[in-house]
Amino acid sequence: MRVTLFIPCFVDMFYPRVGVSIVQILERLGHHIDYPEELTCCGQPAFNCGYWDETRPIAERVLNRLKDAEVVVIASGSCGAMIKKFYPELFAKTPHARSALELAARCYEFSDFLVTKLGVTELGARFPHRVTFHDGCHGLRELGNKKQPRALLAKVQGLELVEMGEAETCCGFGGTFAAKFPMISTAMGEVKCASALETGAEYTVSNDASCNMHIQGLADRQRKPLRTIHLAEVLNSR
Amino acid sequence: MSAPAQQFKHDAERLTRDLRHRSLIQTSLKKYEAARDAKKSRYRDWQSARQTAAEIKWDAINHLDTYLEEFVSKLEDRGSRVHWASTSEQARQIILGIIREKNARSIIKSKVMTGEEIHLNEALEKAGLTVVESDFGEYIVQLRHEAPYHFVFPAMHLVREEISELFQERLGSKPTNDPEELMMIARQVLRDKYITADVGITGANFAIAETGMISITENEGNARLTCALPKVHIALMGIEKVIPKLEDLALFLPMLATAGAGQALTCYNSLYSGPRQPGETDGPEEFHLVLLDNKRTHLLADAEQRDALHCIRCGACLNVCPIYRNVGGHTYGTTYQGPIGSVITPYLRGLQSWKHLSYASSLCGACTEACPVKIDLHHHLLQSRRNATAQRPIWWERFAFKGFAFVMNRPVLIGLATRLARVGQKFHPLINGTRLDPARAWTRSRELPSVSKQTFKEFWKSRTK
Repeated sequence: MRVTLFIPCFVDMFYPRVGVSIVQILERLGHHIDYPEELTCCGQPAFNCGYWDETRPIAERVLNRLKDAEVVVIASGSCGAMIKKFYPELFAKTPHARSALELAARCYEFSDFLVTKLGVTELGARFPHRVTFHDGCHGLRELGNKKQPRALLAKVQGLELVEMGEAETCCGFGGTFAAKFPMISTAMGEVKCASALETGAEYTVSNDASCNMHIQGLADRQRKPLRTIHLAEVLNSR
Repeated sequence: MSAPAQQFKHDAERLTRDLRHRSLIQTSLKKYEAARDAKKSRYRDWQSARQTAAEIKWDAINHLDTYLEEFVSKLEDRGSRVHWASTSEQARQIILGIIREKNARSIIKSKVMTGEEIHLNEALEKAGLTVVESDFGEYIVQLRHEAPYHFVFPAMHLVREEISELFQERLGSKPTNDPEELMMIARQVLRDKYITADVGITGANFAIAETGMISITENEGNARLTCALPKVHIALMGIEKVIPKLEDLALFLPMLATAGAGQALTCYNSLYSGPRQPGETDGPEEFHLVLLDNKRTHLLADAEQRDALHCIRCGACLNVCPIYRNVGGHTYGTTYQGPIGSVITPYLRGLQSWKHLSYASSLCGACTEACPVKIDLHHHLLQSRRNATAQRPIWWERFAFKGFAFVMNRPVLIGLATRLARVGQKFHPLINGTRLDPARAWTRSRELPSVSKQTFKEFWKSRTK
């Protein structure tokens, strides 16, 4: 299959290993990867702040560039939700309405792509650690990816998954929310960190690097022994 | 920034630092969650129950005109007097008018959030009347001169010790930390008030069009006494409370109890259909129903967010909201706290003054998932942000996002920004988290991630060379 990768801005800049892991996993499975370098942003920050007119030029570029892609794999539940769920809303009643809907149907968040589209869970990964999983809200509630990441983790050799009490509770990132209401965002992050640490897990795994960025940033500041890692990196370990 | 926004930020800053408060709220809401899940498992299919409830409410709200007329004519047939109030001022005047007409002096109230919405107690007290709240939680916050902390659990921010101290101070009772004894102290005071009250004021959880009845749900029996003992019963309700059929209650009553309080069914569910009829031995001599609009029709006029009128005020969205759990109810400064309050308050009290509530959300969607009548709460917050900026954009924000779009659509500029960030982060530790730090909103409490030595784009280029 020809897979077109969408690498969000923060993955490109801060967490390239997530993208590299996805490339290596998909290539091992025999797929051909296309990466349109000119796409960096889905437009979510502007969209979530209410500036929909300012978002459209960014989103239109994404629509045009991905118009001929067979399938698109997105390395983030949040950007995945933006393209799959919110582009159709953003472009409703515009000339792009149809192509937004068509693109949505061909887009997959990475774990969903493996499990739902490819039907693969066994990747030959080995990660001999006790881990807990954080469900990113967009992946979980907008896209309904609850089982997919767990199905993949279940097949990783040596990995022990301990669910935390607050697995489905927001980590407090919320994009611009983290900067507009830093005190609330931080308090939410503290709840998340405490719940993750309570499990005694060595790693907190998530399929959204933006959640990891928030959780890790807070844990580091508070000198908490918490290590986050992206699901793709776990699945690429051997 | 509007005054309510300033107050919200100020109080949120204070309460998120109050670890005792946070742990108190989170502990009690976790208990609620466990109870709710246990009761939810008794439904054969909770999701289809939600779907059915949403459809019934959709029908009711989209045919509000006919259902309200049906409801009112049935009520009037049995001698009830129905009053239509467009504004809160009108509602207050109608209620004061009824009270004056009866020369009433003392009022007993059971829990009525629409009363909070129109600031009824202040108006009654200003008119020289005695008003007593009969719901235990409401009574406590009334004694403390406070607004309800949660529209279902008004005093959930208080522990037994604080209630005991309050009762000692205000009622001269003996110290006790036993919840039942505390209830008994309040009950003793309240029993007298029911008997001497001239007028009882209640709300309504549902209004049944088919039969012309209001349904009241409660756990303490206080609403029954409020309706039954005084000579005049005034019920105040929002126009959105109407449901088509009596049998709809078979779904809504257990659903309200489960979603709202983790109960299978609330202890007392009563139906009222008017004043005492000839030959009946009890009930009020007069029954007045005040139907309140107070800008609900603004919400009705917006097809996109109209489903917010489905709300049955169960409070499930507050209970699961991580924002509510960390800032508490008073911080909102609204009658209706939490996600539903953040959605409807801009309609009831003005978008520009209350838009901050739609931004004070990580859009996690826990509220939408919990809502028993399937209100699309967190998407409405997103839509309100769009409406607010379309109506009155913040110039620097718009400028910033135009710039952001300009950069994001030009790979050369993104590459440049990455290189600048690499240089910048070398010097960043010098100002990290200080007032000079442009990323201070983040770095005051969190570390920034570092720009990778090789970005993904650079990795890709190196590979394809």
